Parts: sequence; structure tokens; C-alpha cells
Amino acid sequence: MSKLTPVLSAAWDQADSFTLEGYKRNGGYAAIAKALGMSADEVITTIKDSGLRGRGGAGFPTGNKWSFIPQGDNKPHYLVVNADESEPGTCKDIPLLLANPHVLIEGVIIGSYAIRASHAFIYVRGEVVHVVRRLQQAIEDAYKAGYLGKNILGKGYDLELTLHAGAGAYICGEETALLDSLEGFRGQPRLRPPFPAIAGLYAMPTVVNNVESIASVPAIIDKGVEWFQTMGTEKSKGFTLYSLSGHVKNPGQFEAPLGITLREILELAGGMRSGHQLKFWTPGGSSTPIFTAEHLDTPLDYEGVSAAGSMLGTKALQIFDETTCVVRAALRWSEFYKHESCGKCTPCREGTWWLVQMLEDLEAGKGSEAELDKLLDLCDNIAGRSFCALADGAVAPIISTLKYFRSEYIAHQTNGGCPFDPVASTLFDAVGAK
Amino acid sequence: MFTNEEIATMDQIIARYPKSRSAIMPLLHFVQSLDGYVTDRGIETIAQKLDLSTAEVTAVSSFYTQYKSEPVGEYHVGVCVNTLCAVMGGDELYKTACDRLGISNHETTPDGKVSLERIECNAACDYAPVVMVNWEFYDNQTPESLRELVDGVRAGNPPAPTRGPKKLRTWKENSAVLAGLSDGLAGEGLQAGEASLRGLKISKSGGDK
Repeated sequence: MSKLTPVLSAAWDQADSFTLEGYKRNGGYAAIAKALGMSADEVITTIKDSGLRGRGGAGFPTGNKWSFIPQGDNKPHYLVVNADESEPGTCKDIPLLLANPHVLIEGVIIGSYAIRASHAFIYVRGEVVHVVRRLQQAIEDAYKAGYLGKNILGKGYDLELTLHAGAGAYICGEETALLDSLEGFRGQPRLRPPFPAIAGLYAMPTVVNNVESIASVPAIIDKGVEWFQTMGTEKSKGFTLYSLSGHVKNPGQFEAPLGITLREILELAGGMRSGHQLKFWTPGGSSTPIFTAEHLDTPLDYEGVSAAGSMLGTKALQIFDETTCVVRAALRWSEFYKHESCGKCTPCREGTWWLVQMLEDLEAGKGSEAELDKLLDLCDNIAGRSFCALADGAVAPIISTLKYFRSEYIAHQTNGGCPFDPVASTLFDAVGAK
Repeated sequence: MFTNEEIATMDQIIARYPKSRSAIMPLLHFVQSLDGYVTDRGIETIAQKLDLSTAEVTAVSSFYTQYKSEPVGEYHVGVCVNTLCAVMGGDELYKTACDRLGISNHETTPDGKVSLERIECNAACDYAPVVMVNWEFYDNQTPESLRELVDGVRAGNPPAPTRGPKKLRTWKENSAVLAGLSDGLAGEGLQAGEASLRGLKISKSGGDK
């Protein structure tokens, strides 16, 4: 059995994989002819039956999300693609869009047809200009080829697709903040309900899907539900991109069936960097509680990771070896959440500032063990008390590092400062850094 | 005042959306492509075009870190100091950049050539530590490569991005792309870097059996 199953990444090694010709040579745009020959409901049922779940973090079944859009309501419907990839550690959608923007566009056409939308948007983060270029060109070429615009493939279906570049706000990866941003406001999350399926973009029924979820749709339509279900586990079907980064020999993208383990991926990647051992890792970005070497055999699917106390998230496997100070890592992530808190909810806006202050002191070796309990108490007053999941994400690295490495926090206090040499964890030697 | 041609471009940007207010972000990128940052005249014109108050436009502009309220350099250098990049060397790289340029976070060299920013995760963790210039990727940086990079941008002769066009474009030129104006360079550069192809190559060689 092959451990890897490149589908989305299958043609990335071809120099023109991002062009219309390259995509078509590899069978691209065959799925829309098939989908537009089906009824919209049949398309939704196919995606529902496949078991495809959201690849952006929450893992909600994609077909179900589509089926929540009210039909016959005489309102405009919208499909919005969340390409605002910014969760620390997450680096799957950006290489996908660089290498194959057309697969996303084909998925957008199928998804929009299914939910009866005639205007779709791709909200791409603004800090990746070359990805924006590739998407612009791909959209232009798809219009010229008759895959977008009026009467697509002569099937009587019309679709406009607008690319929208963000401007550097992590919070816009949260779907309701993304919608506010796309409407021209500060990107701040909305209180739900109503959910976007009822009142989304311009208060109209809207589906917001992650890039990888939508990009997985053409292959399912083309090759079928049974084929998709040969991969994955009972409740987590199909293939997905795992992004391995950090202190490993060969970091990169590994497309595999859901349920592969870190041990298997690490083996494929040549293991940890020479002479070092795994200390801790994130299964799905910084907002997912950390794991340690004891979780090497945890199946990396939605259920497996959740049962072990974390979340599959974006499958961003950030690997840290024994040279890394866990308090420094938690502090730096906290600085990120403080910087990115949109300021709408008080527990998150104020709490993330407090978290940074406390962690700065702890990293500097100040305070007593009682501070650790105060820190946990503070986390308890932030998590679950805000509109969106940013606040929950902010406390995840702290609670989980305290769970597995409490003694290391205390060691900072007994040592009167951080016992680690930060240069030892870099990829280059100390002399080079000067 | 903006030229008639510039105003016409703004109208084209507004026409992309079902509701005009949605154009505020690309219009701000467009203003930066002309003025280098979000100027008062930019705010006023956007407000007028979208029938908003200048306060409403400023409220949006000030929310997003890519919109600058003061001029940045022709080349804006961002060093990723989020946890993974920082641990892998980003903190040392940031110090290297400060030393070499003689500036720190959110500052610009006196000649207006280069500005520096500590940036958050830029979705290239498998190429850590990462530096961005004008939001183009410079992957797998070392202190040596970064010194070459910042010396190059100061001299107006920067090395090419790792995954990007053949020649690094200026801050203003790249801002125009973010406003949705094509520069025709999508065909340049790699389709995928080495790390992006890691799993695919193993699979093709049968190394995953």
C-alpha cells in the first residue's frame, strides 16, 4: 500500500502546472461538464455522500454546508472561498494556488452551480503577491475559455468570479470576519446565529469554504464517491495535504489519506534533523493544543486527533526538537494572538495582552509557581467567552504546554531565566548569526 | 488630485462588486500603488467615491496592517518572527536586518529605499526561516543570504524572489497587483519549490510503499 496519495498535488512537478493548458492536459475542467450535466441537487448529494469535510480547520461536512442554502428564495446566493491562509504553521493552500489555481476555479464553478450562486468570490490573503498574480491570470484565462461568465459550456449557467486581496489581518480567516471584510468593513466576527447560510455576504445566503475543500470537489465529481471513500478512515474520508515544518530533515507537503500518523510522515521525511529528538508538535496550527512524542501514532484524522485532546485543524505539523524552549514558543504564539485580536470582545482584546505580560515574566524567570495557576485561571476567563475561536486558539498553546511541560516553566524560575540557548534551535550556527 | 485615468481605474475596481463599499480594500491598495501609502487625498477620494465619511474609510484602513499610514521603503522587508520561523532562526535574521540596515521595526532608511517589519506567519513554514520583500517569498534564509538581500535592495539590484517573478518589483508596483491590476508576470517563476514537491517525489519514486 502506498502511504501517499497525491491528487491535488499530482501535477505540481510540471513546470506549467499553473496554466490553463497544463491543467487541461492533466484532465482539468472535465468535471464541470459532468457537474453541469447533473442537477444542482445531485451535485450536493454527491459531495454529501463522499464524506468530504472542511479542510480549513473545523471539519464541517462540505455537502451539508451547501445543503443549508435555502432554495427557491429568490435571493442572490454567494460562494466565498477562504484563501486567507494565516494560521501559524499552515502552508498548504498557498503552494496549491501557486501550482494549480485552476483546480480551485473549477471547484468554485461546481460549488456555485450546486448552491445556485451566480457570483463567487475568492478572498486571498494580501501578503502573497505572486499567488495573487497566478489567481488573476487563471481567472482571466478561465473567462476567455468560456468556463466563467455567461452560459458556461453552453449549459445556460452564468457565473461571475471576483478575486479580492486581503490586507494582513489573521482574523479575516474567520468566516464571518471575512464576510465583513469583503463587505468593506473592519474584519470583525459576527455573532451567530444567523449563520452565513441564511445571512452571509450582503445578508444573503452564503457558503464560505476553504481552498482545499473546494479544490477537492472536481476530483470527487470526476472520479466518484467510491474512489474518494477508498481513502481515509470511517468518518474522515479522502486525501488531504499535511504540511510538515520545523526541525525535520525534509520539510514539505505530504498528500495522504486522512488517518496517517506523524510517525509515518516523519519516516517519509527522513526523520528529525541529525542528532536531535522530537520534543513537541502541533497537529493543525498554533490554535490546536500541542502534542508530544507520545502522540506519534495518533491517527491524524478528525476523530483521532480530537480523542487525543487536540484538533486536526489545518494539518499544519510544526515540529520542534529538544533545543526549543516551550515557554518561548508559547510566548511568541501569545504575541501573535495579541497582535491579531480584532478587539471586538473584551476577554480576548484585554486577555491576550495579559497573557503576553505574564508569559514575558515567566520566560524571564520571574514569579513563583502560583503564577502558573493564575495563568491558567486567566486562560479560563478568555476561552469560550468571545464571539469567535481566536480566543480559544490563544489559550491552546498555553494550556497544553503547561499540561506537558509544567516543570520547564518552573525551571525558568529556579534558573532565574530561560535555560535554553536560542541559537541552538536555529538552522545556522552561532557565528553566522553575528 | 488623481488623474482622470486613475479615477477611471477606481471606477473599474468599484464595478467588480455588487455593492460599492466592497471596493474599499482594493481601492486602498490602489492608493498605495500611486502614493506608496494611504494618503489623505487617497482617503478623501475613496470616501467621496463610495459615499462614506473619511472617518469610515480611515477606520478600515487602520485596521489592516498592510495599509501604511506613513511612507515605507521602495522595498519593504518583512522578517517572519512567528514561533516556528523565530525558533529556526528568524529572531537572528531580524537582528541581522536591523544591524545591516541601521533601522528597527516599522522604520525606513533615510534614503527611503528600505523599510523593515516584523511579520507574522506568511504560510511558507516548510521554507523556514522566511523573509518577504514587497510580499514576495525569499525562502530558507540565512544571515548571509539576508545580508546579500538587504544590500541588494539598497543598491537597487535585489536578487530574484525564490518563488516569484524574475525581477523583484517595487512596493508600489506590487500594490497595484493587490488592487487587482495585472502586471502580466504570472507566468514567471517556479510553479512549486522543492518542499512543496516533497511528498509527490517520494510517491513517484515508490518511496512510500
